Amino acid sequence: MKATKPDKQKIKSILASYQSDPGMLVPILQDVQAEYNYLPREALVQVGEGLGVPLSQVYSVASFFKAFSLKPRGRHLINVCLGTACHVRGAGRVLDEIERRLGVKSGETTKNMKYTLETVNCVGACALGPIVVIDGNYSGQMTGSKVKPLLESYK
Amino acid sequence: MAKKQQTSKRLNSVAALEALRKAIVASRDPDKPCITVCGGTGCLALGARDVIAGFKREIEKGGLEGKVSLKITGCPGFCEKGPLVVIKPEDILYQQVKAGDAAEIISETVKGNIVDRLLYVDPNTGKKTTYESDVPFYKKQKRLLLGSNSSIDPTVIEDYLALGGYAALGRALSGMTPEGIIDEVKKSGLRGRGGGGFPTGAKWETCRKAEGEKRYVICNCDEGDPGAFMDRSLMEGNPHSVLEGMIIGAYAVGSHEGYIYVRNEYPLAVKNAEIAIEQAEEYGLLGRNILGSGFDFSVKISRGGGAFVCGESTALMASLEGKVGEPRAKYVHTVEKGLWEQPTNLNNVETWANVPLIIKDGAGRYAKIGSEGSKGTKIFSLVGKINNTGLIEVPMGITLREIIYGIGGGIPEGKKFKAVQTGGPSGGCIPDSFLDLPVDFDQLDKAGSMMGSGGMIIMDENSCMVDIARYFINFLEGESCGKCLPCREGLKRMSQILTGITEGRGKDGDIDLLERLSATLVDCSLCALGSTAPNPVLTTLRYFRDEYEAHIKDKRCPAGVCKALVTYSIDEEKCPGCGLCAKACPVEAITDMGKKKPAILDKEKCIKCGACYDVCNLGAVIRK
Amino acid sequence: MVTLTIDGRKLKAEEGKTILQVAEDNNIYIPTLCFNEAVKAYGACRLCLVEITRRGREKLVASCLYEVEEGLKVKTGSDRVVANRKMLMELLLARCPNNKEVQDLARKLGVEETSFQQDDNQCILCALCVRVCQEVVGVSAISLVNRGVDRQMGTPYYEPSDVCIGCGSCAYVCPVGAIKFEDIGDTRYIKWPNNKMEFKLKKCKTCGSYWIPERQIEYMMEQTGLPPDTFDNCPDCRD
Repeated sequence: MKATKPDKQKIKSILASYQSDPGMLVPILQDVQAEYNYLPREALVQVGEGLGVPLSQVYSVASFFKAFSLKPRGRHLINVCLGTACHVRGAGRVLDEIERRLGVKSGETTKNMKYTLETVNCVGACALGPIVVIDGNYSGQMTGSKVKPLLESYK
Repeated sequence: MAKKQQTSKRLNSVAALEALRKAIVASRDPDKPCITVCGGTGCLALGARDVIAGFKREIEKGGLEGKVSLKITGCPGFCEKGPLVVIKPEDILYQQVKAGDAAEIISETVKGNIVDRLLYVDPNTGKKTTYESDVPFYKKQKRLLLGSNSSIDPTVIEDYLALGGYAALGRALSGMTPEGIIDEVKKSGLRGRGGGGFPTGAKWETCRKAEGEKRYVICNCDEGDPGAFMDRSLMEGNPHSVLEGMIIGAYAVGSHEGYIYVRNEYPLAVKNAEIAIEQAEEYGLLGRNILGSGFDFSVKISRGGGAFVCGESTALMASLEGKVGEPRAKYVHTVEKGLWEQPTNLNNVETWANVPLIIKDGAGRYAKIGSEGSKGTKIFSLVGKINNTGLIEVPMGITLREIIYGIGGGIPEGKKFKAVQTGGPSGGCIPDSFLDLPVDFDQLDKAGSMMGSGGMIIMDENSCMVDIARYFINFLEGESCGKCLPCREGLKRMSQILTGITEGRGKDGDIDLLERLSATLVDCSLCALGSTAPNPVLTTLRYFRDEYEAHIKDKRCPAGVCKALVTYSIDEEKCPGCGLCAKACPVEAITDMGKKKPAILDKEKCIKCGACYDVCNLGAVIRK
Repeated sequence: MVTLTIDGRKLKAEEGKTILQVAEDNNIYIPTLCFNEAVKAYGACRLCLVEITRRGREKLVASCLYEVEEGLKVKTGSDRVVANRKMLMELLLARCPNNKEVQDLARKLGVEETSFQQDDNQCILCALCVRVCQEVVGVSAISLVNRGVDRQMGTPYYEPSDVCIGCGSCAYVCPVGAIKFEDIGDTRYIKWPNNKMEFKLKKCKTCGSYWIPERQIEYMMEQTGLPPDTFDNCPDCRD
């Protein structure tokens, strides 16, 4: 998987938008990830230097929070909701079917870098469970048989 | 760069605020029909964006801006029937609206008519209800907090002002002392809505008295309980109600800096909160010299990073300090030493939203609602195996039966109620013997569960209680911060034992070991994630022990859920040979033998996904 | 000064001291793993939990963190404390069944075997190494990575660290010997659970022994401004 070389100016401006406040490390990392679809190593180094925080602590935070990925991610981010309401309505079976079709487990990216599969613990749209969110688009009342057409609609 | 000259909107006094409010109300025609469409995450997921676009298109096409308004609002709660449209001022409710319905709704509304086919039909009586308040789902609710959602566009502060918003703040800043405000909140009996149920007034009082150079107020919008989305809807739909509460609270405890911590999975809530802060600042309702009172208070928004543990106050504060979300011992409370070691008052979204109600109408009126030990209303997310899924707001003390059957419309497909899970992963499963339990903090505790933040997951006869316990322990295992030994290692072992039981590897002694491990987690965990983690296991053992024993002794899952203990087969007598199951099977384990010949299921190939069982309407697929 | 009772003994102690400190001052044994006087108390291993009675209610608190109060009643070996300690030890033994210090402590606390499936770790995640590197040495070369059951200690990306000075404080403070530290010839080898590093050692001008990593000298010079010749001789050969 190819790593991205982040633009130093871009990182600098993200830091500036938070006044280089070390308390804002998590939102800063989120903005970096929104830019590069993952957290490149050089970005973590620059963020640490800009905030006066040791790299080991930046890395700690980056590896602690589930929102962050330290590896490059696929073009399409699939989030299967495993919240209680969705679970009770069979979300586990939907996840199984997606894993089966894509040949990856949750947390992994397909070899062709097309999809990254993640699970999320409740997106707060419980009436429509089971829910699968792809690139911010919500698909509700999912079943195993709806997986194939859903995946096929993404290039 | 030329600076744009802007006329300042700043309100320099409470009188100016009231004058502005009068002007806003006067500028609005109360009789002009307004089509309000729910723009909350739930309805958006059901296609509300297309519905909104449809309305915009049709209004523009017909040049009808003068005849009818369109407002995109917050969540009215009846998620099961979304996308929801409410026609004001009559409050006519249309459900499951599609983009293609826009033209008809507009034309009929302009004429003063109703679109019959889009009205809600009561499944029990077969009758249609026209008005929102007649819908059985809403009848037993008391929507003090959520009621204004369908009248407010959260990105338009003037909507909030028109309904009386910030009047409480005005009252607080003009003639009430901080101590007086704290007294009022104490008298109201308000208890924290995030799960702890701690008396809010007492918390504010301790914070005010605590020593420290600076003090902070925080709004906890990290709503991590899976299945709970009350805070999301409040923050998305009426962020000003939360903000107003925070400003009043900040004034009461003497804080000038606040944070709203929103979980990462709620992008719309973050967006609407940011807009609300900007607009409040423009009007001088937030920031420096609020309403000319001399009181300064500003609020920043911080996002979570996807960690349930950050709903715990000390972990949340660690995250706000740029550290990992590890809790610390609370022998010294966060009101004394919290964020950056300063006195910090943290409250949940719903708690903050209750404050303006108390200050505006007085504690006495507020305290009339609810039960003896739990005053006011509570928002619950009613989800799972229930007909009317959605958000409900009810007075404390209403019974579970009234919620599940009176408001929730009972269990779908005529199935039998089995249990309700309250309080999220820290709570417990309550069986049908408790259906007449009044819902409030103390009663739920007595039954072995807890109120928690308000998630209510309904389960029916097809829910396996051992699987539910396993689900919660797995969830918590993934969310444990890993700092303390009992939680990190204990949850791992509980997960191994429970998974073993659901996979047919349960053995004698497993239940005893689960109970002993649970006792250690309860006694020794560093924070409430660990110490409440055993609750789902302990309550399911208490009320559904027979299910555990069936799994362990008989290697059987009575509810038919645990894959390893369930087999699928075709009932040769019932199967008409329609081939639907064969089509549904993702691994071609079923062979369609043609009409009138029963299909053949290859047990070796079967992955037990249940697709065939779901698709067969004749009960010809057996699952045991 | 406050008066409190530990295991029935009436004791006087300064305000601000923790139960653990007062117990140690009075030769009362409370087991610990993640506690070390050199760094702030962390409260993670939970082995130091004792039972206190406060306002008529009993609860377990971490003695390394809980400050003594007037009238506090403490029990370091009640049935509840002992039962919990044993279960904690079973959990630790299941995590690190082949670690000698863990085995010894288990035996001392009356735990012969564990009811759980055994893993094979050496590190007990007490974080003493991380805390010493941060609070005492001031370098923060290592940290706790990932969360929950995936938690580990290590350098960022488990790769050689740019800032580690090879001082070996982490190995020194580890209560279970999970970090290996060896000087062979002119090289120091440090081995953490997930990676290792090598450091070139400075030779003493007088006795010729290799005594300190050059990186450590650079760091100390930065921090103190002392001239390089300060480090020409090893401590044994200095006047």
